Amino acid sequence: MAVPSVASDTPAAAGAPAALGTSGARDERVAARRREWPLALLFLAPSAVVFGVFVFYPLYRTIQLAMYRSGPFGRLGEFVGVSNISDVLGSAEFRHSLGVTLRFTAITVPLGLVLGLALAVLAHERLRGISIFRTLFASTVATSVAVASIMWLLLLNPSVGLVNAFLEWAGQDRIDFLNEPGWALWTVSFTTVWLHLVFTFIVFSAGLQSVPDELLESARMDGAGGWRRFRHVTLPMLSPTLLFVFVVLSINAFQSFGQIDLLTQGGPNDRTRVLVYAIFQEVRRGDPSTAAAQAVALFGILFVLTILQLRVLERRVFYG
Amino acid sequence: MAETRARPSRHLGRYVLLIVAGVLMFLPIYTALAGSVQPTSRLFDFPGVLIPRSFDFSTYGDAIRIGNLDRYLVNSAVVTVIIVVGQVVTSVLAAYAFAFLRFPFKRLVFLVFLATLMVPAEVTIVANYETIQELGWIDSYQGLTVPFLATAFGTFLLRQSFLQVPQDLRDAAALDGYGHWGFLTGVAVPLARPTIAALTVFSFLLSWNQYLWPLLVTNEETYRTVQIGLKALGASSIDQINVVLAGTVLAGAPIFVLLVLFQRQLVRGLTSGAVKG
Repeated sequence: MAVPSVASDTPAAAGAPAALGTSGARDERVAARRREWPLALLFLAPSAVVFGVFVFYPLYRTIQLAMYRSGPFGRLGEFVGVSNISDVLGSAEFRHSLGVTLRFTAITVPLGLVLGLALAVLAHERLRGISIFRTLFASTVATSVAVASIMWLLLLNPSVGLVNAFLEWAGQDRIDFLNEPGWALWTVSFTTVWLHLVFTFIVFSAGLQSVPDELLESARMDGAGGWRRFRHVTLPMLSPTLLFVFVVLSINAFQSFGQIDLLTQGGPNDRTRVLVYAIFQEVRRGDPSTAAAQAVALFGILFVLTILQLRVLERRVFYG
Repeated sequence: MAETRARPSRHLGRYVLLIVAGVLMFLPIYTALAGSVQPTSRLFDFPGVLIPRSFDFSTYGDAIRIGNLDRYLVNSAVVTVIIVVGQVVTSVLAAYAFAFLRFPFKRLVFLVFLATLMVPAEVTIVANYETIQELGWIDSYQGLTVPFLATAFGTFLLRQSFLQVPQDLRDAAALDGYGHWGFLTGVAVPLARPTIAALTVFSFLLSWNQYLWPLLVTNEETYRTVQIGLKALGASSIDQINVVLAGTVLAGAPIFVLLVLFQRQLVRGLTSGAVKG
């Protein structure tokens, strides 16, 4: 696992404060340790309580819930063990949600990567007035999932939306983007890409700044054209950033909920019913066991992705 | 493949691309701004709608009145302030313990803290919803905030920052008779101000923009946040698109102002692994 090495660099723990560093240092150090742990406990307690009640307990409880059938009024029904999890995960409903989520991820992640990188490369040029474009590209950073979804909901509206007004103006047929089964998932995906594009743009821009100019210059001296410099110098230098963005976008895709709830409510015909939306519906419907079993599956997937993310982050280190 | 520098035609191509990309990125926001001040009837007129002929800001008042947005904005502000202050305080304290105090099982405890990063909120909503129900916290500020009052990400960032406090400074503080509390408030926190600022901006962004959890734990309008309020506004009055657009502008405006003021902190947060929700 990637985490332990993060914890190993604690200079604070290595040396005692100078006041304690004189004679009988060892005794005093032991005494200090005895004196310091109550304070440490006090300082750690608020976070620990929140984590205990709202992260670790619910994790345990979710796994427990997943092993029972749902009883009436949200009570636990009979214990059925792992079979409930395997029943739920084997069900056509779950497979469908997982399939939708995977398709959603397969659309949003590559698109987000390519477009975000393209924007960053465009804005990286030293041109007159480039800062105006950088500001334009970054202007969407304030839009929450709800704000973005409502804006797109109106833009895509079949009768009054601007996109359809444009289509009509261009002599095309109107499209009911959010209700046509062939369009809905693509439409939700495009909205998601737009929403996250500002994040990929910012991260790639920061990544591009770390590509040394001398390297590009010497490639130019060697006669490498724009595309070859990008392909053989910039892209390899960006690979940690690419990997980082890839993992973050994948995690985002699996966690997506707001845009589904606001744009399609999982429809049409469950075509956009992603995993988190399915879990939300089961919770609302009062079937915590089914929801919990799906949450366990989601946890498994996100666990792998998060470990990947931590691995990558550790290599990137923090701009401190 | 050799290229000559500063060929104007080449730049022209770049500018065309930049303008197309900029327009596509900004268009949804532009149409929201432009559409919010025009009569709904104008919205059918493409491309005329893109160039407003009149500016009618009464839609903003309508959005507040029809959509209850004033109440929701206040709720969002209260919830956000509680979460931001809570997260900064709990992570300063925890980070201090990890950076400066010696106690048994420190590495293990730190790992347990980091492990919370592996458990996304979407996974635990089932059980947390149950907990909030049992506590009677559905439709309350507690229900909206308490689960988010600690952050491993913030603790980790601040610990990194505290660890950079020079040993000399710690020694000097010890000689001057500073206790831990004095050192924390007088030295460590002031030195970590940039990190605290980044954490503040970031947790502000995340809590203001939260959607799934507030939707789940609020049924009454009294405790709805503005993000959830937008959903109701958007669904209720499709014939008043300009009002809905005004609502989205109102919901986005506070965060926009904040981010313009604190761009640097935001970039720091984004590039160090936090995720926009």
